[in-house]
Amino acid sequence: MRRAAVLVAVAALAAGLLSGCAEDPPEPPRARTHSDGGSAEGKTVITVGVFGSFGFLESGLYDEYMRLNPGIHIRQSSIQRNENYYPQLLTHLGSGSGLADIQAVEVNNIAEITATQADRLVDLSRTGGVRRTDFLDWKWAQATTGDGRTVGLGTDIGPQAVCYRKDLYAEAGLPTDREAVGRLWAGDWTKYLEAGKRYREKAPEGTAFTDSASGVLNAVLGSSPQRYYDEDGEVVYKTNPAVRAAWDLAASFAAEGLTARLQQFTPAWDQGFANGRFATVSCPAWMLGYIQDKAGPAGEDVWDVAAAPRPGNWGGSFLVVPRAGSRTEEAAKLAAWLTAPAQQARMFAERGSFPSASAAYGLPAVSGATHPYFGDAPIGRIYSRAAEDVPVQTVGPKDLIIQQNLSDVGMLQVDQRGRTPRQGWEAAVKSIDNALDL
Amino acid sequence: MTSRTTERRSRRHRRDLRWSPYAFVAPFFVFFLAFGLFPLLYTGWASLHRVELTAPTEMEWVGLRNFTRLLHDDFFWNALRNTVTIGLLSTVPQLLIALGLAHLLHQRLRGSAFFRVAVLTPYATSVAAATLVFALLFGRDYGMVNWVLSLAGFDAVDWQNGRWTSQIAVSTIVIWRWTGYNALIYLAAMQAIPRDLYESAELDGASRLRQFLHVTVPSLRHTILFTCVVSTIGATQLFGEPLLFNGAAGATGGAEHQYQTLGLYLYEQGWVNLHLGRASAIAWAMFLLLLVVGAVNWLIARRLGGTATGGGATGRRATGRSPRGGRTPGVRTPDDSTPGRST
Repeated sequence: MRRAAVLVAVAALAAGLLSGCAEDPPEPPRARTHSDGGSAEGKTVITVGVFGSFGFLESGLYDEYMRLNPGIHIRQSSIQRNENYYPQLLTHLGSGSGLADIQAVEVNNIAEITATQADRLVDLSRTGGVRRTDFLDWKWAQATTGDGRTVGLGTDIGPQAVCYRKDLYAEAGLPTDREAVGRLWAGDWTKYLEAGKRYREKAPEGTAFTDSASGVLNAVLGSSPQRYYDEDGEVVYKTNPAVRAAWDLAASFAAEGLTARLQQFTPAWDQGFANGRFATVSCPAWMLGYIQDKAGPAGEDVWDVAAAPRPGNWGGSFLVVPRAGSRTEEAAKLAAWLTAPAQQARMFAERGSFPSASAAYGLPAVSGATHPYFGDAPIGRIYSRAAEDVPVQTVGPKDLIIQQNLSDVGMLQVDQRGRTPRQGWEAAVKSIDNALDL
Repeated sequence: MTSRTTERRSRRHRRDLRWSPYAFVAPFFVFFLAFGLFPLLYTGWASLHRVELTAPTEMEWVGLRNFTRLLHDDFFWNALRNTVTIGLLSTVPQLLIALGLAHLLHQRLRGSAFFRVAVLTPYATSVAAATLVFALLFGRDYGMVNWVLSLAGFDAVDWQNGRWTSQIAVSTIVIWRWTGYNALIYLAAMQAIPRDLYESAELDGASRLRQFLHVTVPSLRHTILFTCVVSTIGATQLFGEPLLFNGAAGATGGAEHQYQTLGLYLYEQGWVNLHLGRASAIAWAMFLLLLVVGAVNWLIARRLGGTATGGGATGRRATGRSPRGGRTPGVRTPDDSTPGRST
């Protein structure tokens, strides 16, 4: 008798649980499939592999594409850091398996991808709707092989400005108006150093002029047409006077005590934003969101954006379509759509990723854009002007490694360990030689 | 039931008895072949070639060049040195603290189960989470460690940049994670030590400390050796903690490679610089190094094994010693299970 009662109870419970499951309201589509609602049944599924949060999903571009093309279903997979994403992409390209239909590539890797993987990738210049003239020349050239195949379509770029704290500038007796701040150093990075020295004279206690010497180094190199490679593809960073000039200038920021001796993208750097440890930071368009995150509500209307001494570029990405995929044609169409000027403009408006399609700069979403957090700075105008004047930069396959070792080994030693510029340089060169296998 | 069917059944039963065990252990060996042996051999083959991750199928034979160049590779020797010093800095205090902790847990105390679980919680935390927290604690400008030091009147320490300070910081993470794990192993072994040993020691008027030094520690000899072996292997493969200690620098291990371990250098060569051949050579060098470490341990174990039956340093013969001779009863010795450290 008792047994029967238990059985009944269990059955009732089970039934309740089952029906409970069935009655659950359907989950919101985004949480379930990482993309738009509706099931993928009977649809062509296109997968997109990206690193970090790329913004296509977040700004609703996938949803819109699926609405326009009811036969398509998009799935995205993401790996947080490019340093984990890129080696995996290479192994997958090498084996021809495990690839998404569309893969993102970071700008520092694009030369290597273009040079070594081009025959594994689709030539996207022939895809319908892709117009070369929509894009900035140099962005287009970076993903184009010697024989004229364009294997990557540019998404965003990182035209540079300088972000600065109005309150600290005022205390130090520097101008606070963004036009006047831009005039402080217009045209010459050494004037940026002079501004730093002026800041130091009356610097608010516990603050430095800028975050790090490496940040200065990268910013200056980003505005130099030639950096680590020459047009023939030879490694020339050791002898390139532009690199040495940038090195010496960045090192003098450390020597003059103008840096907060931080390393970028570390927790300590983030805390530096939150605590107002430094007054300026080199500021590509994508950095605005970062500052807003890290400086928080306390930084609202405190930070502002001014033009950089010279226009330069820092960061940006591309989309490539591996030939090993089974839906390369559909994938190429999607890649073309995602990187078309209208969509890039929308990505800027919603995510702050600055368009690499110059055709987008005239659109109101870009030209009229202002940023409330940065005192309604006219960021569309500031960054468009910077983007149009970015020098055509020669990129090489090992740009990322050279840059990393210059900043995270050499310049970091100068900035944080008090090594001389020469010692730091030699340490970086030794590390790079070992890495490049020369 | 005919006799024939019984016979068939019994034959099947015999076959079953004979082959089933193999079937049951087969999954392990299949997996080992696929994910253990094959990579090992492939890595060995790759170490004799020039292979780049940009074209993993194109292999150019270079013989032993990848190995000979390690001999003149300052970064390799630097990493080896760091691995040894971080290994010592983390293993020695770790095992000493674990021994002390186990001794305390061995006492009768209220809520002992709670404390036993508590010492194991760091082990259950992910390396990534733990390391990120520690990286914040050891921050130069706003770190809690420096804040405490400043309360005590010391200057702020730049934990990330100094050779010793960074290695101590990395070691602290390792110690924090693994002490409880080792303490529980010691505790298990301690509980197998016969009570009468302590009783007779007490009759002789030995203090708690003397009992610990002269009864407990000698009885744990083999357990201690086991933890030494496992910790040495773990220390040689140390990777996650130094990698995440400064997430932004990635695999360089600091501006002067001051805490770059062998594991990090291997990762840097393979997955940052994309030289698979050179990375493979480092992997094999590490493997050979572990073999040497293993051989040394084996020699020590043999030494200990010879004297273990001689009783503790008290000179008193262990009356309750297990019939298995030198082995501490109730304790799994290395041949039973070697939980590798996944970092």
